Amino acid sequence: MAMIDDYEPTIGIECHVQLATATKLFSGADNDARDAAPNTTVSPICFGLPGVLPVLNTQAVQLAIRAGIALNAEVNLFSAFERKHYFYPDLPLGYQITQLERPVIGAGIVEVPLRDGSTFPVRLHHAHLESDAGKLTHPEGADYSLVDLNRAGTPLIEIVSEPDMHTSEQAKAYAQELYLRMVYAKVTHGNLFHGNMRFDVNISIAKKGATELGTRAEIKNLNSFKSVEKVVEYEFKRQCALLEKGETVVQETRGWNEPKQKTFTQRSKEDAHDYRYFPDADLPPIQLTQEEVDAVAKAMAPALPSSIRQRLLAKSVSAKSIATLFLYPLLLDRVLAVEQLSSDDILKQIIDILINVLPPELEKEATPPLPDSGYLPEPAALVTLIKLVNDSTINGSNAKELLRQSWKDLTDPAAIAEKLGFIQDNDEDALAALVDALLADPIAEQSVNDYKAGNQRAMGFFVGQLMKRSGGKANPALAQKIIKQRLG
Amino acid sequence: MKQPLIAPIVEAVRSGKTTAVAQVTEAIARAEKAKDFNAIISMTTDRALERARMIDERVARGETTGRLLGVPFIAKDNFLTFGGETTAASTMLKGFMAPYQSTAIERLEAEGAICIGKANLDAFAHGGSTENSDFGPTLNPHDKSRVPGGSSGGSAASVALSIVPFALGTDTGGSIRLPASYCGVVGFKPTYGRVSRFGVVAMASSTDTIGPLATTVADAALVLECMAGLDARDSTSLPKPLETVAITNAPKALRIGVIKECMGEGIDPMTRQVVEAKIADFKAAGHSVETVSIPSTELALAVYYVVVPAEISSNLARFDGIRFGYSAKDAESLQETYEKSRSAGFNTENKRRIMIGNYVLSSGYYDAYYKRAQTVRTIIMKEYTAAFAKYDVLLSPVAPTAAFALGAKADPLAMYMVDVMTVGPSLAGLPAISVPLEVGKELPVGLQIIGAAGHDALVLQVAAHAEAA
Repeated sequence: MAMIDDYEPTIGIECHVQLATATKLFSGADNDARDAAPNTTVSPICFGLPGVLPVLNTQAVQLAIRAGIALNAEVNLFSAFERKHYFYPDLPLGYQITQLERPVIGAGIVEVPLRDGSTFPVRLHHAHLESDAGKLTHPEGADYSLVDLNRAGTPLIEIVSEPDMHTSEQAKAYAQELYLRMVYAKVTHGNLFHGNMRFDVNISIAKKGATELGTRAEIKNLNSFKSVEKVVEYEFKRQCALLEKGETVVQETRGWNEPKQKTFTQRSKEDAHDYRYFPDADLPPIQLTQEEVDAVAKAMAPALPSSIRQRLLAKSVSAKSIATLFLYPLLLDRVLAVEQLSSDDILKQIIDILINVLPPELEKEATPPLPDSGYLPEPAALVTLIKLVNDSTINGSNAKELLRQSWKDLTDPAAIAEKLGFIQDNDEDALAALVDALLADPIAEQSVNDYKAGNQRAMGFFVGQLMKRSGGKANPALAQKIIKQRLG
Repeated sequence: MKQPLIAPIVEAVRSGKTTAVAQVTEAIARAEKAKDFNAIISMTTDRALERARMIDERVARGETTGRLLGVPFIAKDNFLTFGGETTAASTMLKGFMAPYQSTAIERLEAEGAICIGKANLDAFAHGGSTENSDFGPTLNPHDKSRVPGGSSGGSAASVALSIVPFALGTDTGGSIRLPASYCGVVGFKPTYGRVSRFGVVAMASSTDTIGPLATTVADAALVLECMAGLDARDSTSLPKPLETVAITNAPKALRIGVIKECMGEGIDPMTRQVVEAKIADFKAAGHSVETVSIPSTELALAVYYVVVPAEISSNLARFDGIRFGYSAKDAESLQETYEKSRSAGFNTENKRRIMIGNYVLSSGYYDAYYKRAQTVRTIIMKEYTAAFAKYDVLLSPVAPTAAFALGAKADPLAMYMVDVMTVGPSLAGLPAISVPLEVGKELPVGLQIIGAAGHDALVLQVAAHAEAA
């Protein structure tokens, strides 16, 4: 009998990215509905009234070009819109305006980095521009549903990958890499909590080495990297179990129940719509010139992850630190801002403290990093914090603790250091007295002998003890100097 | 050439010989008198009088600009207008109050024109006789037992009944030209994109056009000039401006092609006779006249009744009974809301076209119908382009016969055949006009003059010199 180890999943991902335009794809209505009451950021076009006509938002086309460049994909100079028909209350026109035959972005290859520093390629089939639908809510116990058309008409690009992934780690890494590229190309605000990026995962399983793929299930509307990873793991097990029982996998659309960590059937293939795609005669095709695309590519080059990577390496920031920064675009964003206003030495110190302190804090947040949240420290505050360390006002470990405690409001690091009692005591006589007391203490005896025998690690013990005894205020560099003097 | 009606009205309003209020009041009275013909769905009396008073006040202050100052008109009821309902003659939109006006209406109002009412049409402009209106058929002003043509039948009848000097229509496959021909008025379908489609209930996005119906070519040309031009709200509106229409200048020696396929079998002898008489006039005036073949003319009707229903099925998808329009009150579920609202809101012809459209777009049939039709459409366009390399304008009758009797074309296919000569220019986006011919006491017959894309001015100029004085 076959085992789960005999099977391998094959994964393709469709990613919807909401573009950071000021207005909607085909109307002048506000594209930012985050704090808006339902049905307030709408125009007659969003509402699908008779006689309205769509007018293409040129900013959306510009962002699509940026997306194509950031995805290392072909930007098609000629593309066109088509209508995709289905009836649903969140779709006011009765069709979605999208691209099928001639998408704005053609094939490409995304090199996806993994945690271990290696990379693997995912081929892109294409990416197309389309308008988002509205949102339906079903009030508990009510015999009606509510329609909110604020999101209707928001510009999206849908990035369609080839089925090139085979592990949950790869799927998650690919989703993260798309996020990174779209945020850094300033294509999207990248706010996952608000659905700025949503992933549909297609997964099938087959015996390892099999030439034919199995029947796939599509799990729609995932809005975190973690759920992409978990869905792949869950579906792999579910589909394996079905095949092991001699049953078949049904081609269907499934949803993800986050609290239960389970996928569930939404719609089977039999219920699939016939979308009756055909060209939208209300919209002339998009025609671009190579010069236009090249100019965008040239302007984008310094902000592309590959050039950032190279620039930081040249400033001798370690590859490992850079990889960590790329996993947290928010932090990288701050680092790039700091890059503009400080020396390379301070930049490196800031990178060290940021990647040391903040990733665990960001992971604790309910949702993934929010690039537009604005509560990360200002670049100037970070520079001030490092300067407090460099001029011995506070010590390095206290600087970390200070950042850990106040990263959401680091307006005045000096005042916070004062409040937390972190101001370093640089009085040499007082510290010398503490050193003498320590060296005379029996608990230090072993370490004194070790140190004298040439074991440098004993120094760590002394400094640690001194920090403890000084209530964290001792200057560790000064302490080392005095200990060296005393122990000769 | 016929003497225009509009310019003298504007001059009289401007000079104080008459007032806009008087013009509007008289037009409303004429509409009331002609009620039997059912040309008008609703009057916009209050708003019309209010606008007329405003214009008279302006004139009193010495502000007399506006090429249509104080001129009353009627708009087909698929134009969104203020002052009353916009129904598209459909149960689906009964009671619909437009929150904005179509660009065409806005531009006419900016020139001082005053909309006094909304004309009858085949519901959603689906038809060639105005019999498909959910408000009952319009009767032909020349013979109440006959149809006025369609779908802009109410607009053509309103002009023929002299209620207003001009009316607005829409033409997707002949809907301005055919009723103009049947009612004996001028009806002009401009180049696709010449007049913004914004604010007009869409039928088929790739062939919908907006144009005037009027008593004379000069009036039609003036109204067109006031409406034409790029509109940021319609991406398909033409950026190139309309050339100045030199109506009074006689056209230079023209190379005229008579479309062979439109003069063959199936043409009523009376129609043939008056068209040929006009062709003889052109020759006598020194123009060169030859017969030209547009071989795919026959196929144009088949192409039209694939492409247009496809677009109709899509454009009518928004009428779902949820946000506006007819909504079934007894629906128990979302599915029932859709089914019951659309079943009751649309009429038989609407539903026929929606079903044809969905069929030709559905997977498995798309290639055989929609895609093939678009391929043939490209061939039709190429044939016209080739013809216009040799000829300045093309001529044909507008329709094979004069107006037919109410109820005579109960078979939908027979009704579709009425469009056989008008759908070609629609599919190719060409400007085309229907000009009334000399018929004595017979029913009106229109001559179709077709121009190359963008050459609206030439078509109007030729038409002005072809119309019976």
